[in-house]
Amino acid sequence: MIIEALIGFTFVAALLVLLAPNEWAGRLAFALSLVPFVGSLYLWWGFEAGGNALTGGAIAFESRIEWLEIGGRSVSWFVGLDGISLPLVVLTTFLVPLAIVSAWTPIDTRQSQFYGLMLFMEANLLGVFMALDFFLWFIFWEAVLVPMYFLIGVWGGPRRKYAAIKFFVYTNAASLVMFIGFMALVFGLGDSVSSFGLPEITQALAAGELGMWFGIPPETLAMAAFLAMFFGFAVKVPIVPVHTWLPDAHVEAPTPVSVMLAGVLLKMGTYALLRYNFTMLPDQASLLAIPIAVIAVISVIYGAMLALAQKDLKRIVAYSSVSSMGYVILGLVVFTEYGVGGATFQMVAHGLISGLMFMAVGVVYNATHTRMVDDMAGMADRMPIAVGILVAGAFAYMGLPLMAGFAGEFFIFVGAFGADAALPYAPVFTALAMFGIVIVAGYLLSAMQKTLFGPFRLETDYEVGPAPFHDVAPLGVLLAAIIVLGVAPDLFFEMIRDAALPVVEGVSVDG
Amino acid sequence: MVDQLPQWAALAPVLALAATGLLLLLIDAIKPSARSNTSMAVTSALGALVSLALTVWFVVAGTGHEDTGGAIYLFADAIKVDTMALFFTAIFASVTALVVVAAHDYFHDHESPAEFYSLVLFSATGMALLAVANSLAVVFVALEMVSLPSYALVGFLKKNRGSVEASLKYFLVGAVSSAIFVFGISLVYAATGSLILSDVAEGIETVDGLAGVAGAGIVMMIGGVAFKTASVPFHFWAPEAYEGAPAPVSAYLSSASKAAGFVVAFRVFTEAFPIGASISAGIDWVLAFGILAVVTMTLGNFAAAVQENVKRMLAYSSVGHAGYALIGLAAISAGGSSNDAVMGAAMAHLLVYGFMNTGAFLFVAMAERWGVGRTFADYAGLAKRAPIACVAMAVFMFSLAGLPPFAGFFSKYFLFMGAIDNGFVWLAAVGAINSVISLYYYSRIVKAMFLDDPSSESALDAVDVRPTGLYGAVIFAAVATVLLLPGFGPVIETAEAAAAALF
Repeated sequence: MIIEALIGFTFVAALLVLLAPNEWAGRLAFALSLVPFVGSLYLWWGFEAGGNALTGGAIAFESRIEWLEIGGRSVSWFVGLDGISLPLVVLTTFLVPLAIVSAWTPIDTRQSQFYGLMLFMEANLLGVFMALDFFLWFIFWEAVLVPMYFLIGVWGGPRRKYAAIKFFVYTNAASLVMFIGFMALVFGLGDSVSSFGLPEITQALAAGELGMWFGIPPETLAMAAFLAMFFGFAVKVPIVPVHTWLPDAHVEAPTPVSVMLAGVLLKMGTYALLRYNFTMLPDQASLLAIPIAVIAVISVIYGAMLALAQKDLKRIVAYSSVSSMGYVILGLVVFTEYGVGGATFQMVAHGLISGLMFMAVGVVYNATHTRMVDDMAGMADRMPIAVGILVAGAFAYMGLPLMAGFAGEFFIFVGAFGADAALPYAPVFTALAMFGIVIVAGYLLSAMQKTLFGPFRLETDYEVGPAPFHDVAPLGVLLAAIIVLGVAPDLFFEMIRDAALPVVEGVSVDG
Repeated sequence: MVDQLPQWAALAPVLALAATGLLLLLIDAIKPSARSNTSMAVTSALGALVSLALTVWFVVAGTGHEDTGGAIYLFADAIKVDTMALFFTAIFASVTALVVVAAHDYFHDHESPAEFYSLVLFSATGMALLAVANSLAVVFVALEMVSLPSYALVGFLKKNRGSVEASLKYFLVGAVSSAIFVFGISLVYAATGSLILSDVAEGIETVDGLAGVAGAGIVMMIGGVAFKTASVPFHFWAPEAYEGAPAPVSAYLSSASKAAGFVVAFRVFTEAFPIGASISAGIDWVLAFGILAVVTMTLGNFAAAVQENVKRMLAYSSVGHAGYALIGLAAISAGGSSNDAVMGAAMAHLLVYGFMNTGAFLFVAMAERWGVGRTFADYAGLAKRAPIACVAMAVFMFSLAGLPPFAGFFSKYFLFMGAIDNGFVWLAAVGAINSVISLYYYSRIVKAMFLDDPSSESALDAVDVRPTGLYGAVIFAAVATVLLLPGFGPVIETAEAAAAALF
């Protein structure tokens, strides 16, 4: 019942905030958003699960209620947690209050609607990570798009309409392709599954129940479904070359929305890739290991190169997200304990770090009203604390040891380097991907040097002083979390590894 | 409790609607002073709700269901009350209630609104009668009973040229198609020797030499159905009539009247012209409906995509949705294992459509009441002044497009899955592609309302009026559209059971 209470409360909170007056909607939303955070800590504290929820492991806080029946297969309200989903749930509930506080300064119109939509999005995000029934999951998955569309389109920058519609069209088209792919699988399974529960479908696929459907042999069907789902999720992640919606959405979105977009929404894509493509269809994933690894490495290098070429601080961070997501894909495709586990860990780490970076850039922007690298210099003189945290965040991005980013990337590289079994030429791919870190360091350091240090100079007429406390506080909290997770990755990594192992063992490595 | 009632009590939902219509006339005749807009609206809304309550009660109690003794036949088999009839009556009664509540505000300054309510109620009576008709004669009479008040309703704003012109066009096309329909009935009667549906079915099995006559009759009847459901090739009246008519009437026609067309189609074609017998007689009406479905949804969608006028866009979208619902007839086959699933899904889609489409037209009614204009551009920035109503409209639009958090997702999904299960992948594919296209023009309204800025500061000043009834109806429809997602189970089960009784 605790999961239902958590999701239900967040929906009610969204409604309350929506009806609250603009003056204190932000405070109310922050107070209410602490409740799901505490709730998720309780979930963490009482977490008892073993293995992966999809492959037959014990599911924590499982709850299943029959809903309806479609063509002989039941759809139910089926939620639960395992070691892969819990860290993402905690990440979501942790980031939302911080994002809400970071919105107090920049959001100055229609506040109650803004915070209401943020909480509405949080409720649906929680649903995405907790749902274990395909239909339930898909409903939450799509329901995340609607608040995001409005958050970008109403409160965004000058080209907000274009960005919102591009985001909406890209992700909706992708969802449709993915949906069709998954449905083909379900039809191929025929009578061997009696529900849309993800565990049941995964286990039926693992047992080789996939049959002919409309004259299509099972291997072709599985491959087509894999490709359709991979495409659908790749747009969300995003992976080069379907990443072009992301920089537009990020640049136009207000800071707190960017935080949610980079911090949690992108993880929906990698989470779904892990759950659907790599857990359900591991054989197809290993057949396609080389092409996927090539795409991953291209994402890493090309995303970093794009970031190198940007003049806008927010665009730099946005493109570097593309780069970081490439590591996650590489970690998934190698099918080793540390690869898959590290990829999941990296989802959380990157959620925190990119959240911090967007927030810090937002704080600078609040004061200067520009994000252009060339427009400013020497910001460290005027806002020492915020800039200090921004620098720390940048080092976390570059993978400084004892910070969360290092742990995530290190796990992935360790897992990928010796993974010749699932991925031929694994050391080559790993080495190429590692080169991405050099580029990251290059662009972050140069941007930092130009804007933050040296004598103060600003092309706009705004007075720049130290940022207000409620702008800096969330940055500090995020930095603390990044360091804690970097020093003690086992807080999450243990349960992640527990849930990742069955995925790795499920794959038949035949060279 | 239901089983202690006399047989004719099964007609109570129909009678409730008829009695309300008569009561409205009575009030109008004997006490003209009492015929204020409000009292008329309240009376008719109560009547519709009583009918709805009776319907729901009967469905829950299983009236006409196989488990409680099967369909109830009355008046020498001319009337047949079964689950399907009750299901559709629920749609008609819900839409009627929403429309009369909304009309109260829409006609707030009309000189004699009383006739409006009685016309709506009589038309609703005709629809409910259509749902229980078991004889082609009753079908025709009931169809006329739906149509005649509709013509008057479309032209209800008699000083408005658009309204009158729409009424005339609607009437002319309607009269022609009625003639064609009744001529079709006469040919079927000539070939089979009966008007009672089950007897016609027997006649079809032994039709042999008269197959040509029966076939011509069936084709003509398809024409009549196409008119009533606003499907190609008899859809031309729909955009004109919906655009010219007062918006509550458009809501009524595009939701309830369309569903009435489908109840005739579903019942008459499955019961009177069984698929197997028809095909062996060389009359493949399933294929005809398949072609109509594809053409209707594609044409409706593409036409809707190029409109600038919101009401006209909704009118074409309504044509498109007729195409989706036609899948219910087009994706069935003799002995098909999922016949009941696909037709049940079409029925459930019509129910969901009844709320989301009525709501959308009622929002247009509200915009007309405000006087903000009719095009997409005129809706720019509405959300700043009327956020709640605009959220409701966004719900309708996303639901019509079939996006997941709303009931329209499930109803379309069940429909397409039913078609695939029955082997009609191509129909489902065309439907799905059309659904994707439709997102474009539905989201245009959302974009205009929420993202665009109004053309001038004063453009939306009129929006400060808050018509209570219209607001209530729109919000209720939106809540229903959302709640039908978690509550879709009972709806689809009832619909599938109702459809299963037909095969």
